[in-house]
Amino acid sequence: MGRYVIRRLLQFIPTLIGSVFLLHYIVVLGIQFRGNPARAFFGDRTPSPEMLEAVKRLFNTDDPCLSRTGDPCVALFVERVGNLAVGDFGTDYNGRAVTEIIGDALPVTVRLALMAIVIQILIGIFAGALAGLRGGGFWDYVVKISTVLLISVPIFVLGRFVQLGIVEVVQWLRGEDLASPALLSVITVTYKVSAPWASLIVPAFVLASVGLATTARLTRTSLMENLRGDYVRTAVAKGLPRRRVVGVHTLRNSLIPVVTDLGLSFGVLLGGAVVTETIFNIPGIGSEIVEAVQRNEGPVTVPLVTFLVIIYLFVNLLVDVLYAVLDPRIRLD
Amino acid sequence: MTDPTQISAGPTQGVPSAPSAETAPPPGSAPQKERNASLWADAGRELIRNPVFVISTIVVLLVMSMALLPWLWTSTDPTQCEINFGKDRPTAGHIFGFSIQGCDYYAQAIYGSGPSIAVAVLATLGSTLIGGITGILAGYYGRWVDAVISRFTDMVLGIPFLLGTLTLLSLVPLRNVYTVVLALIALGWPTTTRIMRASVIATRNMDYVQAARSLGASDMRIIFRHVLPNAIAPVIVVATIALGAYVGAEATLTFLGVGLRPPTVSWGVMIDQGTEWVLSGVPHLLLVPVGFLVATVLSFILMGDALRDALDPKLR
Repeated sequence: MGRYVIRRLLQFIPTLIGSVFLLHYIVVLGIQFRGNPARAFFGDRTPSPEMLEAVKRLFNTDDPCLSRTGDPCVALFVERVGNLAVGDFGTDYNGRAVTEIIGDALPVTVRLALMAIVIQILIGIFAGALAGLRGGGFWDYVVKISTVLLISVPIFVLGRFVQLGIVEVVQWLRGEDLASPALLSVITVTYKVSAPWASLIVPAFVLASVGLATTARLTRTSLMENLRGDYVRTAVAKGLPRRRVVGVHTLRNSLIPVVTDLGLSFGVLLGGAVVTETIFNIPGIGSEIVEAVQRNEGPVTVPLVTFLVIIYLFVNLLVDVLYAVLDPRIRLD
Repeated sequence: MTDPTQISAGPTQGVPSAPSAETAPPPGSAPQKERNASLWADAGRELIRNPVFVISTIVVLLVMSMALLPWLWTSTDPTQCEINFGKDRPTAGHIFGFSIQGCDYYAQAIYGSGPSIAVAVLATLGSTLIGGITGILAGYYGRWVDAVISRFTDMVLGIPFLLGTLTLLSLVPLRNVYTVVLALIALGWPTTTRIMRASVIATRNMDYVQAARSLGASDMRIIFRHVLPNAIAPVIVVATIALGAYVGAEATLTFLGVGLRPPTVSWGVMIDQGTEWVLSGVPHLLLVPVGFLVATVLSFILMGDALRDALDPKLR
């Protein structure tokens, strides 16, 4: 186990550096082709050369390599990684530290992501098991059709439809005089600071939908494959109750590919969080990124995205280690 | 996933058909009397009898014809607008009503398929080509070529797809079909690389490849005649599903403000504009483009699923 973890770590570090470097290179190329983002700071006004230089220095874009097209700016990269490592993420155009933005927005995003993951695991595995145990049956078709539908509807469209539905429901509740404050904090089209968990329930369902469909389909396939296994026949033959055969013997083995997928689907989840937070007006990292993109504020976008990429890679590392704990074939390989 | 080791060679698009003497029948499969019993022929026979595949293929063909030949579908000019019809509900002559600017919404939806499908097709072609080539190189040559390509793939995959495309497009001032396609390709190719690589590795060590090598065939000949035809099935399945995914991705990026922009009319642009009005009692502005988009994405995904099932000999 220890050797596996060490090997995985040795693979992880170059990947981490590589991914962050790729991101850095994309940004550098963008600056080299498009011109220095410090200009965006001034909007329509034309700054004096000294002021432009000062602003460039402020946002750390005064390196001469940024004007040499194609130069990967390795020195700048090392400097930026060093800054990130000591927690210096730079500032936005108003002088607010990006770490402060992260501090405000991260708890919201973490709450949303946690709820979405729990929903994805619980409903995804339940639906998958339901379909897998009755292959070709009614529930199999229900799960099959609904998951394909969920996968093919882009998450922002789903979010809009859910909002439409909410508006109708709230009107109906008001009409029937059932609208209690507690209910309205759950059934809402926007995030409410007064209800930091409850008002995230609906967005979490929307965010979970894509991953949920994948989880359900994977569980279904994996369960159906394992149910044909010899060890399941043995367990049935020796007279174990069906609940035990399915719950202990089959399901546990079937969840191994599902766990691997959870790591990958975390990336989808992060992308989805960007969309979900924008739709439901949730003040998380994702909506900060979109706002920064729309304001053309590179000094905010880039560190935030880098931050999410690092988290994503760490989650994947964690899932890989967890995978090895679950499946001895992996760590003894 | 399709088991490439069981696939026997058959003519596919762009791939020269291998002479039957060189491609031995797949080991373990019963000798078949029919002359054309390759995996692709079997799959084709199965697919024609599969109603889901037939229907989704018809939808895909219809959408493709809308994208390529919009004038077959409507004689109305989508850019000819009467502002006083703005946001009008569907009527007899205009079955989908009018857009915000008073353009015929049916004509817009038909012409809007063009950019959406163009993005999806070009992005799929690009990422399949790059992913296919890198995957073949990594899988066939192994050793350091594999190490370099695989590690690089890991790095690109370390950036979540939507976040990466969003960042990339946020740095580009020009946002048209081509920049969106480039961003999608830049983040999309590694998935294909991984699948192609795994598939090629499984094929590389088959007896018929060893036989060809011992007969002195060149690497190029082995790759194009023996390995590729037997390893490409999973990639085609993934490309079909990716077509649908890219249609959705274009709409999502447009919604986030980094995709296509008006005056370009794509389904993404129409949905983005429609959502603003949906809560003020004009739902058709959202429902029409969403209907087109979801039907298209759904068809590609169902087509890919059916292809996967048909190409998987284990399910036979």
